[in-house]
Amino acid sequence: MANNNGETPILELKKLCRYFGGLKAVHEVDLVLEPHALNGLIGPNGSGKTTIFNVITGIYEPSGGEVIFEDQNIGGLDPFVINQLGIARTFQNIRLFPNLTVLDNVRIAYHPHAGYGMQDAIMRTKLYDQKERELTEKAQEFLSVFNLQDRQAEIARNLPYGEQRRLEIARALASNPKVLLLDEPAAGMNPKEVVTLMELIHFIRDKFDLTVLLIEHQMRVVMGICEKITVMDFGEVIARGTPTEVQKNSRVIEAYLGLGATELSKKYLKEKRQ
Amino acid sequence: MKRIKPTTIFFLLGAVLIFGVTQFLINLGVINSFWNTIIRLAGVMAIVSLGLNLIYGFNGQFSLGQFGFYAIGAYIAADITYRWTVLSSALGLTILLMVALFVGAMIMLIRSAVSKIRGMDTLSAFALYLAAVLGAILVAVRLGRLLDAPVTLSLSLLPENIGLTVVYLLAVLLGGVIAAEVSFLFGLPVLTLGSDYFGIATLGFTIIIKVLLDNTDTMLGFEEMKGARGMIGIPKITTWVWVFVFLFMTIVIIRNLLNSSFGRAIVSVREDEIAATTMGIDVAYYKTITFVIGSLFAGLAGGLYAHVNGFLHPNSFSFIKSFDPLIIVVFGGLGSVTGTVVASFGWALVLEGVLRLALPEGFETWRFVVYPLMLLVMMLLKPNGLFGNYEIPFIRAVIPPLKKKTTSAKTSKEVA
Repeated sequence: MANNNGETPILELKKLCRYFGGLKAVHEVDLVLEPHALNGLIGPNGSGKTTIFNVITGIYEPSGGEVIFEDQNIGGLDPFVINQLGIARTFQNIRLFPNLTVLDNVRIAYHPHAGYGMQDAIMRTKLYDQKERELTEKAQEFLSVFNLQDRQAEIARNLPYGEQRRLEIARALASNPKVLLLDEPAAGMNPKEVVTLMELIHFIRDKFDLTVLLIEHQMRVVMGICEKITVMDFGEVIARGTPTEVQKNSRVIEAYLGLGATELSKKYLKEKRQ
Repeated sequence: MKRIKPTTIFFLLGAVLIFGVTQFLINLGVINSFWNTIIRLAGVMAIVSLGLNLIYGFNGQFSLGQFGFYAIGAYIAADITYRWTVLSSALGLTILLMVALFVGAMIMLIRSAVSKIRGMDTLSAFALYLAAVLGAILVAVRLGRLLDAPVTLSLSLLPENIGLTVVYLLAVLLGGVIAAEVSFLFGLPVLTLGSDYFGIATLGFTIIIKVLLDNTDTMLGFEEMKGARGMIGIPKITTWVWVFVFLFMTIVIIRNLLNSSFGRAIVSVREDEIAATTMGIDVAYYKTITFVIGSLFAGLAGGLYAHVNGFLHPNSFSFIKSFDPLIIVVFGGLGSVTGTVVASFGWALVLEGVLRLALPEGFETWRFVVYPLMLLVMMLLKPNGLFGNYEIPFIRAVIPPLKKKTTSAKTSKEVA
């Protein structure tokens, strides 16, 4: 399929299904993510994009099919195990730890790598002091990448919307992932913020050597930064390819604009050219 | 030796001052035995409430079971010291020590075995634990009976005072440990429930314990506990010193726990379970361990309580009473250690002390009208509790200053 350059994919969905009763939220979806790719997942509302994220991260169990991450089927594992294996995500409607400080939000994500246990914390051992310092410095480093270092003592819920989004990405990165799933990272951002976000996504992918899959409704973002795009409708993949290929695909146009829209759009383009 | 922070010094000085002044006033007789009892009860209640605050305030699990574990700790500790002083036998101590050790070891063993099996459902895991623990108890009781004679002999060789103190401390600790072990077994299936359902389930636990306590002499066969008539003859060993020592340790342990990665993981579960689990936090584990630690403190406090008045009655552990620590925790401020301690002392001093003395004779029971009214007004004026989430500097988490500007110039420009 998309895997024509011979590289082993880091994440692969094989005929993945997720049904809710009779509703086929996701039906036999195949998806391949190659290492270091920056791919997009688009589709009209309710087409099953977020459900795919929820299945990959273990919040839902797959009803059928496999989720292969680094040659291991992770379908049905607990979310925290999947995160520790190396998949992190952000949420469509931001899910920070609202009453904690910005710094603690990031430090919590770093917890599995903390390197000391309950006993060290109670006894305040040397290990505690050392590891706690390391962990805090690491978290502050993540914050400074996102230019949030001056906000570290602020309560997360008091941050402006754009900064909350950035903090959520910073938190996801602190859990040391190999694959980052971004669920509508640009939602609710103004055009200027969107531009910086796009640059930021590129930047973190290179800096932390990530593979990124993002869901987005803002076509500027998707078309601007994604290398490959998968389009979904009613739980199934209807098209995949580079942004330009997808834009011309008649099924995609129909999914977004309705039946017969292809004809109209051709007519519109013709008129525009004249 | 690392440098001690000024906040720590202030805290220690404050603690020593409070302890010293109170003890001095007790010695002078300014604090009479009435107030002395109230202060000790307040300290005990502070320990129970701190345990509950860990479960409810910091981990977000609404629990009404705290008094059940408090009762377990109380009766276990009381039985051990009663047998030692009245019957001159260490049978209770040896058996319960063996039970605590064996059950603890068995739980660890099963835990490491279960963690290797993927996809084991909660109920079968619970059945496995239950069977293993019952087996461990049977073996432990046998072994305890065998060890009774030598332990009694060696303990009676100690001077009487020291022997009693050793038995007392072991009894209080065992009360805590066994309460914690029970809470682990109980929490295993029940913690999978959502918050409200968990609250009801824990309320059920408190009621079960109360019914068992009503029938200790008939159903369970512990003659000395005298069922619904109340257990008497427990040595009154819990002085202000012991209450203070245990309270101090509780505060320091909880503070150290909370200001660590472990504590932040606990709080993240309260804040957003889904976000926590997708960030690599094992939510089920942190719920269980918090519940166990909270119950451990309840058990310890129970042991202390049993030796305050030397008298235990099942009615002290009824489910109505189990709302007391809940009221204290909410009143002081959910998620505030400082608030819980202050509210505990306020609760005992006001309800039992000031109101009882201030109301005219014959109207003492009216304090149960005045007190809820105070609660109502308080909740209307300060819905977040007396202290909100304020902490004194010693307990508060320190936000470390930024080390240096590590920002890569490129990104800061881009993002700004």
